Amino acid sequence: MNLMEPILSNQAGLLLDDFEKMYRLMWQIRFFDEQVEELFTAGKIHGTTHLSIGQEATAVGSGYLLKPTDFMTTTHRGHANTIVKGTDMSAMMAELFGKKGGTNHGKGGSMHIADSDTGNLGSNGIVGGGYPIAVGAALTAQMKKTTAVVMCYAGDGSTNEGSFHESLNLASIWKLPVIFFIENNQYGMSSSIKQMVNIPFLSKRAESYGFEGKTIDGNNWLEVVDATSAAIEKARSGGGPTLIEALTYRSRGHSKSDKREYRTQKEEAQWQLKDPILLAEQQLLAADLVSKEELIVWKEESRENVQQAIQQAKKMEDVALADLETNVYAE
Amino acid sequence: MRKITYLAAINEALDEALATDERVFLMGEDIALYGGSFGATKGIVQKYGTKRIRNTPISESALAGAAVGSAMTGMRPIIEIQFSDFITIALDQIVNQAAKIHYMYGGKVSVPMVVRTASGSGTGHAAQHSQSLENWTAHIPGLKVVQPSTAYDAKGLLHAAIEDNNPVMFYEHKLCYQTTSEVPEEKYVIPFGVADIKHSGQDITVVATGIMVHKSLAMAKQLALEGISLEVIDPRTLVPLDTKTIIKSVQKTGRLLIVHEAVKRSGFGGEIASIVAESKAFYALKKPIKRLGGKSIPIPYQKELEHAAIPQEEDILAAAYELMEK
Repeated sequence: MNLMEPILSNQAGLLLDDFEKMYRLMWQIRFFDEQVEELFTAGKIHGTTHLSIGQEATAVGSGYLLKPTDFMTTTHRGHANTIVKGTDMSAMMAELFGKKGGTNHGKGGSMHIADSDTGNLGSNGIVGGGYPIAVGAALTAQMKKTTAVVMCYAGDGSTNEGSFHESLNLASIWKLPVIFFIENNQYGMSSSIKQMVNIPFLSKRAESYGFEGKTIDGNNWLEVVDATSAAIEKARSGGGPTLIEALTYRSRGHSKSDKREYRTQKEEAQWQLKDPILLAEQQLLAADLVSKEELIVWKEESRENVQQAIQQAKKMEDVALADLETNVYAE
Repeated sequence: MRKITYLAAINEALDEALATDERVFLMGEDIALYGGSFGATKGIVQKYGTKRIRNTPISESALAGAAVGSAMTGMRPIIEIQFSDFITIALDQIVNQAAKIHYMYGGKVSVPMVVRTASGSGTGHAAQHSQSLENWTAHIPGLKVVQPSTAYDAKGLLHAAIEDNNPVMFYEHKLCYQTTSEVPEEKYVIPFGVADIKHSGQDITVVATGIMVHKSLAMAKQLALEGISLEVIDPRTLVPLDTKTIIKSVQKTGRLLIVHEAVKRSGFGGEIASIVAESKAFYALKKPIKRLGGKSIPIPYQKELEHAAIPQEEDILAAAYELMEK
């Protein structure tokens, strides 16, 4: 008997155990970013942060399929991708608090979280800045003949950067093992992507570089899993790049100061109905493999995981002033 | 010892590095069969193949960024930006990414890459192919900046650049390419941050970079006949800068002339002048510090205008006389 038929059937061969982990990850991401929002409002976090509340399925459905030896680049809105790739949440939170035990020893902050131990080549404060770096990492994989693939996360707005064009073309002519995963959350800061491009789907752009592009429902984790699984398999077997455009919605504003005057409450409410975690719950319950009570336990344990991460991070030492001028250059 | 050109010295260093370290590879526009815009990579692809000597599309941003990404993941890329002016298109990857990653990631990741690029005027390529922009990158913490003036320096410094675990900007002056000097056949490394006193003297310290080293040396010979002795110092690397050698020399001569081709306004000469003014050498100065640099204009096309846009030997001569006035 295939447990996954028919409701949770997927091309990656994921089983209930995987869905439990993914479901927990979605809640961890949600709670992590909600806590970041709260701590930021309370003045406990310095600078700026960008939240991916509402985009959990794109991060989990794609990132869960990566191996620890695979690489990843992500954007300024990168907490979710970083959590899925396996970075300890307490080190992430410590980074936001400016602690020495932070992922970047407190020198990077929210927009630059990186973790070489998990193959995370970093979030990026420059829109489109990650594309060429992902291509370079994929080149390493190809030249060293490893089977690593690179997941290049980017936002809809970045597809209008020159680096998008240059990198997708280069990845195509060299047949590099990279997946360009566009999280189309509908807005680049305040600008609707509909006003910034004159094509119905960003995935159409892939065709002009000579590889496949696909638009999927990014709030449906199963669709994300299927599309990503095919793209990873293709990249790993030498078939070159794929572009995935995952349609989703940024529930919160661009950053802290955003009052969201450029969109309607009606639009927000419509997307709320398509909340990725809600949808995942419906699928899990419909498959009749898990009870409502169990889901609540998974959810509450995820909340607890985030709380523990915060407590651990708070206990860590601040980065010392003595470290101000260290690590400008490598030895 | 045999004499070879600056261009051949670069070619030789690349060849030696490719032969000994399989992580080293080259990327750039027209660097394979064509051998690069100025011929620096001629014959290399025949030896190492197109997997390691990679022609790229005309995509400076992707080229520089692919170097960053591959360097972060264990390779040691050397890229060629045909003309240093085109660095403008790759600047995000060089300035915002390569230069900052080591610090921004808490020292956990390094970016060992070399950006080789041809700079300077004198070839009639006009405003968009003739600039000297090394000062831009010297301003960015995290980058190292190299400016070899001779074939000997070019080979040893290129080896140091390739072995360095940081992003290194390697500015080759177009007019230096055909100059020759004695170059050992075996590999050698010239450490960064060690200036070279290319001509010893007593009266005036001349700090010159790139092609201006050659012009200053010619004037040192000429002025020696008139009893004026120039000490010509070539810093060789702007970052790190060997301030000690410069300060020590100025303490001895009491006169400082700085010569570079880059536009004088906000040029690196201002940095050198300030370092000396802030040092104990200040008290040894017999005359105000003198700077010679390019005029504040885009490099013009017409030969005479192009010549007049940057310091020439006669300007060095005039500056030396001025510094020697009683």
